[in-house]
Amino acid sequence: MPKITYIEQSGNKKTIEVDKGLTVMEGAVQNNIPGIDADCGGGMACATCHVYVKEEWFNKLPKVEDGEQDMIDMAFEPKKNSRLSCQILVTEELDGLIVTTPLKQT
Amino acid sequence: MIKTDVVIVGAGPVGLFAVHQLGIKGLKSEVIDNLDKAGGQCIELYPDKPIYDIAGIPECTGEELTQNLLEQIKPFNTNFHFNERVQEIKSENNTWIVKTSKDKVFSSPNIIIAGGVGSFEPRKLSVKNAEKYEGKNIFYSVSNKEKFKDKKISIFGGGDSALDWTLELSKISNVTLIHRRDKFRGAPHTLNEIKKLEKDGKVSIKTQYQLSSIEGDNSIKSINIKDDKGKEIAIETDYILSFFGLIMKLGPITDWGLNMDNKTIKVNTENFETNKKGIFAIGDICTYPGKLKLILSGFHEGALASVECFKRARPNEKYRFEFTTSSKDIQARLGVKTK
Ligand SMILES: Cc1cc2nc3c(=O)[nH]c(=O)nc-3n(C[C@H](O)[C@H](O)[C@H](O)COP(=O)(O)OP(=O)(O)OC[C@H]3O[C@@H](n4cnc5c(N)ncnc54)[C@H](O)[C@@H]3O)c2cc1C
Ligand code: FES
Repeated sequence: MPKITYIEQSGNKKTIEVDKGLTVMEGAVQNNIPGIDADCGGGMACATCHVYVKEEWFNKLPKVEDGEQDMIDMAFEPKKNSRLSCQILVTEELDGLIVTTPLKQT
Repeated sequence: MIKTDVVIVGAGPVGLFAVHQLGIKGLKSEVIDNLDKAGGQCIELYPDKPIYDIAGIPECTGEELTQNLLEQIKPFNTNFHFNERVQEIKSENNTWIVKTSKDKVFSSPNIIIAGGVGSFEPRKLSVKNAEKYEGKNIFYSVSNKEKFKDKKISIFGGGDSALDWTLELSKISNVTLIHRRDKFRGAPHTLNEIKKLEKDGKVSIKTQYQLSSIEGDNSIKSINIKDDKGKEIAIETDYILSFFGLIMKLGPITDWGLNMDNKTIKVNTENFETNKKGIFAIGDICTYPGKLKLILSGFHEGALASVECFKRARPNEKYRFEFTTSSKDIQARLGVKTK
């Protein structure tokens, strides 16, 4: 199973195994990872599942679609490497992915 | 004080259908929602997106579903109390007293909480002194545009609200539109008009910038915006308008002494009652083993809760299970003409 690492702004770090086919958001919610709210349940309508993806990984992910970019506009402190974790599908290739959660989601 | 059989918190799809299930049993309900209209997530988050899993309706948009639900409950002449948040719930002589943010008071044997993920509220600016100026120099919606006449306005956002207000206010004030990207989400023709105004020097557009700080004492004097590389510029500003959409805030629901599990309320699956007698939770806000956050689940939950509401509101009457196709009582309540 691919391993995903979630890092909080405080530096707290958790690495968990997430089933292929789930999203990075679902991996967090199902494992009680703090810092990801996901209020709309993956509908790409709330931007409270916002994460920063480590540069080297960011470029390996499928491109951000317009709809996701529009929602990222509304997220808390978006940056160049911002993504919505509900839109990142976990695959074998993402084994080792590292994401950082923002200071807060709203 | 408004007396009723059931107070419904939340006018999302699930709250609306609960009105129907209560109505056909002869119960009156009053519906309260923080939004200015009915429909909850369907109307606020995806009015134009098609939904494909409403039983018997192969395809309908969030807005269409809302319209249809409103049509279906029309016979019950239900009162809606919009732009009001339910703040407080307390028990008095075996009835529930419900208070809203506008100090409206309801009394009822039953409360159905159909609050979804919480009440919709504007997403606030996160810089540290933003709160201090809120309602004075910072606004998340416009109620009276005269206030902005001949003033310097900084508008944040990339969607339709930001573009529409930039265009509108540029007629009477000095507007700067600030967005974090070059691309705007709002309607292209509005953007084109704004770009024309920019050429004529009537509007200023700053893209790839975000708010970094606010300067001022009693009122705002200027703001600083920053690009990706950390380059900062200052903009003289009297008022900030910020349009970053809505977020859902659970808010006061957590203070009502209910059994919470994360952001949801625990219920039993027999009648969707919470740990408090006469308080029910249905739709996205409730949780139980196997819960699915789907509209169709919420409809079922409302049907079952309505039966218990009937028993509590009409303790001297016997509840009878009836079909809408054959019950004369139900048809009379629906205003159906029977032969
Ligand atoms: C993009 C997207 C797509 C979706 N697609 C589907 C789909 O295809 N099929 C499906 O079945 N579901 C879908 N859903 C989920 C569906 O929209 C929800 O399950 C549904 O809206 C839940 O309805 P509800 O009435 O329980 O809550 P909501 O729709 O969230 O409504 C709750 C209402 O309560 C109000 N409220 C809350 N607290 C208070 C308070 N204290 N005082 C006053 N008012 C309050 C809120 O303002 C809100 O209007 C989708 C969701 C999203 C975001
Ligand atoms: S969970 Fe709402 S946008 Fe990802």
